[in-house]
Amino acid sequence: MSTDVKSIPQMEHGSANGIKLPIYMDNHATTPMDPRVLEEMLPFFMEKFGNAASRNHAFGWAAEEGVETARERIAKLVGATTKEIIFTSGATESDNLAIKGVAEMYKEKGNHIITAVTEHKAVLDTCKRLEKYGYRVTYLPVQKDGLIDLDDLKRAMDDKTILVTIMYANNEIGVLQPVTEIGKLCHERGVIFHSDATQAVGKVPVDVVKQNIDVMSISAHKMYGPKGVGALYVRRKNPRVQISAIIDGGGHERGMRSGTLNVPGIVGLGKACAIATEEMAKESCTLAGLRNRLRDNIMGRLDEVYINGSMEHRLPGNLNISFAYVEGESLLMGINDVAVSSGSACTSATLEPSYVLKALGTGDDLAHSSIRFGIGRFNTQAEVDYVADRVVETVTRLRELSPLYEMAKEGIDLKSVKWAAE
Amino acid sequence: MAYSDKVIDHYNNPRNVGSLDKNSAEVGTGLVGAPECGDVMKLQIKVNPQTNVIEDAKFKTFGCGSAIASSSLATEWVKGKTVDEALAIKNTEIVKELSLPPVKIHCSVLAEDAIRAAIHDWKKKQDTAKPVAVEAK
Repeated sequence: MSTDVKSIPQMEHGSANGIKLPIYMDNHATTPMDPRVLEEMLPFFMEKFGNAASRNHAFGWAAEEGVETARERIAKLVGATTKEIIFTSGATESDNLAIKGVAEMYKEKGNHIITAVTEHKAVLDTCKRLEKYGYRVTYLPVQKDGLIDLDDLKRAMDDKTILVTIMYANNEIGVLQPVTEIGKLCHERGVIFHSDATQAVGKVPVDVVKQNIDVMSISAHKMYGPKGVGALYVRRKNPRVQISAIIDGGGHERGMRSGTLNVPGIVGLGKACAIATEEMAKESCTLAGLRNRLRDNIMGRLDEVYINGSMEHRLPGNLNISFAYVEGESLLMGINDVAVSSGSACTSATLEPSYVLKALGTGDDLAHSSIRFGIGRFNTQAEVDYVADRVVETVTRLRELSPLYEMAKEGIDLKSVKWAAE
Repeated sequence: MAYSDKVIDHYNNPRNVGSLDKNSAEVGTGLVGAPECGDVMKLQIKVNPQTNVIEDAKFKTFGCGSAIASSSLATEWVKGKTVDEALAIKNTEIVKELSLPPVKIHCSVLAEDAIRAAIHDWKKKQDTAKPVAVEAK
């Protein structure tokens, strides 16, 4: 089931040195489905189409069996028990359910929530909405490497704090927050810890018990599963966490998320987790190797290239680099046979450069110049080398075209120039 | 973001890339935009002092494909025009020629600004340094 790339506008097609073009290297946006996942899902569309909530016939039982197998597989991957897994439509819903659900359930206890400025919009905008309803939200800054300072977190906590929501791995720069320590601080103070682990689950080892996570968002399509399905882990003991539903109805998922279950999707998520359980250790080594190869290939040949975020605490497949004096969208246009993302304003709906990069203290100019590479399961070394060549070639060409590069080479300090903005 | 064929053509084969001697009395330099905003254009013109005709134009641009295309097109258009004719170039004509979408209109505005800034710089040089040769800085 390959994508018809000819229908993707303005992507270059064809092949080079046996590499099939275009190359997909944007695996933080989404991942292609693993064929093994699809295979597992297929019977649940036509043959085992039953409603998992139908308790008195074989069609329902078959669907329920598929769902429960998936639940076991997800639980196993993250160190949870099956009763702690709630199925949702994806990580955005999981984040909403976690934050709004905790906020409502514990409103008698307090009204203060702590998060970080580099969170995904699904968390930030949910928090912003709660502010309208009278909740108080602290948005922690991050350090230059993208990690929060645990002392900041300690200082932010007070007797009204009910929830801390900090992501496991960042979707732009791939940095891994110190979740274990965050969870420990929360538990010492009786505060619930939610983590959006969308980018982490299936990529790095996650253990909700060891890492003191109380509520955790999971998505299928970031780990070679289907789109439109996700899960929320909700801890049942030490402490037992309760959340209010945001979708009411037939009382599915123990009342926490009503709605007929997306059985094929859930089966797919389960299979994706089973594959990750088996293959993650080896795969993460391979991906880190490819990522480092890409980094070295680019940085060895270009000057003034900057890595955004900690290299040490980082997802294995992530590389986010700023190419000084070159604007990101023009760079994407030059490497149009490679699918990657940019933090440039021109590529965002809001026309603002990446708020994540800005939070690291990366200047707006370098945020505009950033590219996110997301290396995944199906990328090869030949592809990585091809991408590095194309990037080096294009950056070199665009720097020839860049007045900023020329000025910098003349020794002009660009910060001292009085820019006549529009 | 879909680009028009003309934008792609200018991006792949930018016209008149380069720099002119900014200290020459015949050369006007316009530098507009800001790195923080994601686009900076440098547009330079070389004007014949007898005829006021723009004999050469060069640009360098930091910005998206549409910004590069807008400034590349601007250099093409100003060449052979008198200074006054060049001042009459409107950003809307650039938008039309390159089929720029609404979110890219600011690129054309910046190109128009760059033309004006270059001409302004050249005029300033003519006013201040008429009889005397301009000293290199």
